Parts: sequence; structure tokens; C-alpha cells
Amino acid sequence: MSPRASFVQGDTSVMAAVYGPAEVKVSKEIYDRATLEVLIQPKVGLPSVRERSQEQCVRETCEASLLLSLHPRSSLTLVLQLIHDDGSRLACFLNAACMALMDAGLPMSCLFCGVTCAINADSEIITDPTAESRALMTFAIDSKEQRVMMSYTKGSFSVHELQQCIAVSQKASENIFQFYRDSVRRRYSKNL
Amino acid sequence: MFSGLREKVGQVLVPGDEFSLEVQETLSLTEPLKPEKVLLGPGLKRRGDRKLLVVKSGVLRHKQPHVFWVENHQRRYVPAKGETIIGIITVKSGDVFKLDFGGSEQASLSYLAFEGATKRNRPNVQVGDLVFAQFIVANQHMEPELVCVDSAGESQWAWSIWSGGAAVQRLSGLVRRLLRPRSDVLSDLQKLFPCELVVGMNGRLWVKASSVQQTLIICNLLQSCETMTTAQRQQLFRRAAQGVL
Repeated sequence: MSPRASFVQGDTSVMAAVYGPAEVKVSKEIYDRATLEVLIQPKVGLPSVRERSQEQCVRETCEASLLLSLHPRSSLTLVLQLIHDDGSRLACFLNAACMALMDAGLPMSCLFCGVTCAINADSEIITDPTAESRALMTFAIDSKEQRVMMSYTKGSFSVHELQQCIAVSQKASENIFQFYRDSVRRRYSKNL
Repeated sequence: MFSGLREKVGQVLVPGDEFSLEVQETLSLTEPLKPEKVLLGPGLKRRGDRKLLVVKSGVLRHKQPHVFWVENHQRRYVPAKGETIIGIITVKSGDVFKLDFGGSEQASLSYLAFEGATKRNRPNVQVGDLVFAQFIVANQHMEPELVCVDSAGESQWAWSIWSGGAAVQRLSGLVRRLLRPRSDVLSDLQKLFPCELVVGMNGRLWVKASSVQQTLIICNLLQSCETMTTAQRQQLFRRAAQGVL
């Protein structure tokens, strides 16, 4: 059974599976580290440009936290399937990816999570938004120092509002990391 | 110095957890200094001078006097020197065989690495055969190499398996439980039917019992008990022994 994880955030649901370290094509092999490939499948239809851009966001976040130099000339494939979309899609992809990588037993230097933040018409900052907003931002936060690993923003906002959103996301990430810990604890509870 | 590590033994850790080594603030002038050392196993890495980083999620284990490691369910096998595995021969070329053992690349096994093999007396092994071998070279930079003899040129077991029996794959968790010194899974299995069992650390097992039906029963039992607790497994084995399954 390949390592997989399923992450549900409100009504948004994503399933992730990891394959590797496996053989890699000579054209794609990197001599000193593993080649990570991320594939995002939308709910209907074929992957398009939007999926490609989200794949790049997820891939760069994963590459920053995985210890790829321990598996040179190997390939790691991460497949993310969107089951249902109700907003916060990229954040859900990031969370499912992190849990699947942990399940696979791949060496990581830190965990990461995705948090979506929106500024609505009344200039209020809300996390996990589902309605329309003036600005929409997704941040990938790391577990060691709560730094921003990746950010994806859309809309108009001031520098001050951006910093407030980052602070709100860093606070929200603590709950997600505690959830990861509880899930892992349940998984290994039979071995304790 | 490592009291932080010792406190967490038996707890579940996730990647990113760090331990820092305490520095002794005062040194005694009368007592001799005892150097402390710690041996880090899988799942723990040294970061900088005074920090230890957890890189895999799992349970922290400790073996006296100073070995620590993180026990986790690694799905895909990563070769390590000295481990014995069951491989399948895929290619016979020149002076080497190539074996698939479930890792990221295929391992090589020389013709001469069998007991009693010489250039004229080649071993009778064909493509598709199962081989039980040990890694002599297994690191991330080089192609893995296997041998079927130990350093004295003798093999303690029958290193090639090819007649009858059934092979089972992808049981990495069960394999480690079977190979423990006083394994409860193994003792439960011994009470069932007499059988030959070869255990490869890459999660592959080869089973041969006195009849095909018994072989298949044991294969199915092993596949289902990987994710069971001890009580569930003992109940399953009891039902098998009574002939219900």
C-alpha cells in the first residue's frame, strides 16, 4: 500500500499519495539529490495552467523541507487529487502533502502547513474564507520557527495588511501542527 | 547532557523536533570528567554543534547504554549495509546479476559471490529466481552490491530459493517484528503448521509449508496481521489452528 493521506478542511477535501524513493529517468535525474515531482489532479477535466502553477508552489515548499540529499538519483512523486473544492484549495493541498510525506517516512527537516487568509470588503481579516474578498492570500508556514516558506497572493492590500495576515496565519498554523501531532500519535498508538 | 532525549523515550515525535545538548556550566576539579557519547540511529540527525534534529515521525526508542533511534513505518525500503534481503533476478549480463529488491535502483550480485562458485563452476541461477543475499555496499552515492557468502567464503543458509513456496511482499513492519530476538509473532506462527520461512528486511517473505493450502493460509495470515494488535493476531491464529479458515 503506498503511503497516502486525506485532508478535509471544512468542505474542501484532498487526497495525497507519495511514491518513492524510486527509479528516475536519466533525463530527469539530479546527481546529488532526489527529483521531486508533484501532480495535481482537479476534480473534473484535465490539469490546466492553474494546476501547474499550484504544483510549483507545493513542490518548492516540499523541496525546502525534505532532506533530498539523502536520496540522490532517485525520484519522489507526490500526487494530489482534489475531491471537493470549497475555497482554501492550495492550503489544503499543502496540508495533505505534508501528511503524506510524513506517512511515507521520508526524512524532513521540518513540517509545513498551508493557511489561507482573506481581507473582505469591511477590511476584516478572516482565515479559511469561502466568500468573495478584496484580497486572498495563502501562506506555507514551517513548524520550527513559524517562518513563511511560500506565499501566493491575489487582490489588493497594503503592506501593513500583509503583515497582519502573516501574523494571523502564523497563529492559525499552531492548531494545524497540533493536529498533525495528534494524528501521528494515533497512528503509532498500537506500537507504544 | 542528554536528559532531554531520555525523557522523550517512548513518545511520538514529528520531524522538526529539536534537542539541544546542555553544556556543563561548572567543571569539577576533584572528580574525573566522564565523556558522554550518544549513538544516533535512523530518524535522528546532528545539526550544527549542539543540536539534534528529528527527521522522521515515529516513536523514540532507546537501547542501553547510549543508542537512540526513531522507530517509524518506512514504506519504501532503503538499503543499508549488512542487511539481508530477498531479491528477484532481473538481468544476467557479463559477470553480474542485477536484482530488484524494491529500492530506488537495482543491486548488482557477482557470479563469484556464491558458495563454491568459480569461473568454470557458475551458479545455477536464472532470471526470475528469488535470491537471499546481504548488502556489502549500500549508501546513497553508489550502486548497491549484494553477496551470497560471508567474509569466510561460506554461506550459512541456502542463499538461492527456487523450488515451490510462495513469496509475499510489502510487509516492512511485520518483518522487523519477526526478526526480534524473542518475537511473539514468530512463536505464534511456530505453533501453527511446520513451514520454512525466509525473511528479507526489504519487506519480503518466502514461505513453504507441506501443502499448497497451508502455504497460502500462512501467506494470508501474515498479510493480514501486519496491522493488527497482539490480541487480534492471537485470535486470528487460534481460528486458523482450529481449521476454521
